Amino acid sequence: MTITVKFFSLIREALETEQLTLELTDSLRTVEALKNELGLRGKAWSETLSHPNLIQAVNQRVVFPEEGIEDGDEVAFFPPMTGG
Amino acid sequence: MLVHVTDETIDPGDLATRFYSRHPDAAVATFAGFVRDFNDYGRVDSLFLECYVEMATRVLNDLGNKAKQRFGLRAWQIVHRYGEMETADPIVFVATSADHRVEAFAACEFVMDTLKTDAPFWKREHSGGAGHWVTVKGVDTDRRERWSTEDLDQ
Repeated sequence: MTITVKFFSLIREALETEQLTLELTDSLRTVEALKNELGLRGKAWSETLSHPNLIQAVNQRVVFPEEGIEDGDEVAFFPPMTGG
Repeated sequence: MLVHVTDETIDPGDLATRFYSRHPDAAVATFAGFVRDFNDYGRVDSLFLECYVEMATRVLNDLGNKAKQRFGLRAWQIVHRYGEMETADPIVFVATSADHRVEAFAACEFVMDTLKTDAPFWKREHSGGAGHWVTVKGVDTDRRERWSTEDLDQ
């Protein structure tokens, strides 16, 4: 069981990472848990993923950190959007 | 195609002409946005617009359908560019058609105000060899919030 994690814009640059594929373990069942797990990778990760303006999406829909994660899901992290 | 998210050049004039011919309704409103050559700090040479394509396509489809329901549109179209662009290049095209101009204008404005803060695009402006990510402007969130407040009344 795996999930895909994508990073965009400032978040992608701060983490120097565009995309990850992770094993979905019992400890990674919410977006918040995923953020905490990724935060263990270092200061850049913990600071970036705890920023109050960070937006998270699961399967292309914006969600709260409490949102659950299932096998095959696509999770994304990005800053506020500036389209148009 | 109701929604098209592309890294290729778009032609708002051609898109408008095609929309008019397909939807000869009583009232048609169109909006086209272009890369500006200035920002709050001075000149802008070029723009990189990053996009989460799959999500943008979904968000813009949801937005167009919401506009259709809310304003009673007969038809709509949203085309959004991403990638590397020069100043004056077209970024976005929106068309809305309805039985009356009030609904067509309002729907077009609703779509633009909402997509600026809800669709996953991120602008990076380049000037004098340096680049910086554009931050969300208060006026944009205020305009988006205005429509949200009106949502609550429905």
